[in-house]
Amino acid sequence: MWRLEARPAPSRRARWLAPLAALALTIVLGALLFAALGQPPGRALAVFFLRPLQNGYGVGEWLLKATPLMLCGLGLALGFRANVWNIGAEGQLILGAVAAGGLAIAFEGSDSALLLPAMMVAGILGGMAWAAIPALLRTSCQTNEILTSLMLAYVAPLLLAWLVNGPWRDPDGFNFPQSIQFGEAALLTPLFDGTRLTAIFPLALGLALAAWLFQHHSYLGFQMNVAGHSAAAARYAGFSADRTVWMALLIGGGCAGLAGFAEVAGPLGQLLPNVSPGYGFAAIVVAFVGRLHPVGVVLASLLMSLLYLGGEAAQMELDLPAAITGLFQGALLFALLACDTFVNYRLRWRRQS
Amino acid sequence: MNEWLPILVTIMGAATPLIFAGLGELVAEKAGVLNLGLEGMMLIGAVTAFAVSSDSGSLVAGTAAGALAGVAAAALFGVLTLHCLANPMATGLALALFGVGLSAFVGRDYVSRVLEGVKPVELLPGLPPMDLFILGSLLLFGAVHGFLYHTRAGLVLRAVGESPTTAHALGYPVRLIRWGAILFGGAGAGLAGAFLAVDYTPMWVEGLTAGRGWIALALVVFATWKPWRVLAGAYLFGGVTILQFHGQALGLAIPPQFMGMLPYLATIIVLAVMSRRSLAIRANAPASLGQVWHPVF
Repeated sequence: MWRLEARPAPSRRARWLAPLAALALTIVLGALLFAALGQPPGRALAVFFLRPLQNGYGVGEWLLKATPLMLCGLGLALGFRANVWNIGAEGQLILGAVAAGGLAIAFEGSDSALLLPAMMVAGILGGMAWAAIPALLRTSCQTNEILTSLMLAYVAPLLLAWLVNGPWRDPDGFNFPQSIQFGEAALLTPLFDGTRLTAIFPLALGLALAAWLFQHHSYLGFQMNVAGHSAAAARYAGFSADRTVWMALLIGGGCAGLAGFAEVAGPLGQLLPNVSPGYGFAAIVVAFVGRLHPVGVVLASLLMSLLYLGGEAAQMELDLPAAITGLFQGALLFALLACDTFVNYRLRWRRQS
Repeated sequence: MNEWLPILVTIMGAATPLIFAGLGELVAEKAGVLNLGLEGMMLIGAVTAFAVSSDSGSLVAGTAAGALAGVAAAALFGVLTLHCLANPMATGLALALFGVGLSAFVGRDYVSRVLEGVKPVELLPGLPPMDLFILGSLLLFGAVHGFLYHTRAGLVLRAVGESPTTAHALGYPVRLIRWGAILFGGAGAGLAGAFLAVDYTPMWVEGLTAGRGWIALALVVFATWKPWRVLAGAYLFGGVTILQFHGQALGLAIPPQFMGMLPYLATIIVLAVMSRRSLAIRANAPASLGQVWHPVF
């Protein structure tokens, strides 16, 4: 019979092949799903994966949606490597949007060139502040950061809802729960005519390079890696466990906050009750599919962004619910987890004795 | 007494999904299985229960389907963690995310429909009529407590959670026992979702469970893995949830969004206070909780 046998060392090849196998498996599952829904699978898959990228605008949207996923994913991957499970990036992104948007509302009508950089800093700090709560609770009370960061991800949208329904509601907005439209000085200008892509995308790529340097060529990054592999080894080496927790959560929160700024100062241009369609949660999938490696995260965020666009295309052309995106995202992660078996184990044929 | 009774009943109603999901997760964790996918299993159970009830007109069939859907979702977790030896933490997160997507997808056609809900049943003359789900949650508590602490099978299940290798060496079928615990957890979560969808609300909206699966997970830690403390904790959270409705009725000038934050903030505060007594948590947590276990021979 076939048996799983532990490999002496994790297979590097399997580690990088697993996401590709998972993608192939997801496409097969997707084809089966489309067939079950009465859609010709070939055409449906083409609509889902190819139609969104047919023109320049589509490619711009693809990279635009990949930006928050990439930013959140980079921060989360850094934390997951250090065994710090920040799964509340959604809340940190919203707080970043709130902090950046609050500044834009407070300086309404300003045309200072400093407003945009100040909003960016405010966004980063907002995300960091929200992530600092689980960090503080973990380091001072040993509270599990999974649950606290996630609970805060439920609190953040309520805070935003209160702001746009109450103090920050646009007085001329016909009572819609939304803020004023930000002024020119508070908006990022598109990089290319005819797209909505902003300079945050190349910035995110730069941050991926910085994350790679940090992970692989800095002493602090090394300490965090050791803590992730073995907490006991890190303690024995004298590396501060508290510092690892703080670094992981603050970097994760800051990246998510930057993504929140990029959304309100970019495509949205105002504060709305839904600033994010779940980018912070999808970034968990991005981090895992990207193998917790910056290059992988960049590629995974492009794939996940395509799933968002594919969901929209499927809604418009095939009359399927856009929620199909979530289904694809979940299936991708499941497929990856199944394929990951072969990183640490191999199948061996053994005769029944 | 009489004016407090309705409040007590609403608190019990708010606590019921937490009891179902929390007791299911408790049994799974007692066997050493940490399933973070509670929220996803609840949502899948809820949407299935609502869809089947709405289409068939039978709340019983809907509830059973909801529980079974929770079991099916848990089976996915079981295959990946017990046979593919996937990281349980990542698998649980995947299940939570997948449940959100799947339930939103399936539930799209059911969004504006409403069900009648379950009518309270008069059990004994003199006592107020009781909701069958609330009654069921109390019975489940009795059953789980009795099973874990007063049967041999319960002892074996706890042994598997403490040391799977030892249990394996003694000849107990570790994987089979964990399978049972995982499926039981799925049934509990599915029932919790079914209760929300066909009785408590009773309607379907996207993300109906609103984080209750995660609160139930916190509850198990808060309860230091003891069934009666899961029950007590659930009523405490039920009280906090109800506060947001009664706060408005009492004329407190607090925006509803802030009242809505209460259950989540209460969870954080309770967890933080509990975690300060980390010794109690470490002494009571099943020793093999969340670890991958692979039989060598």
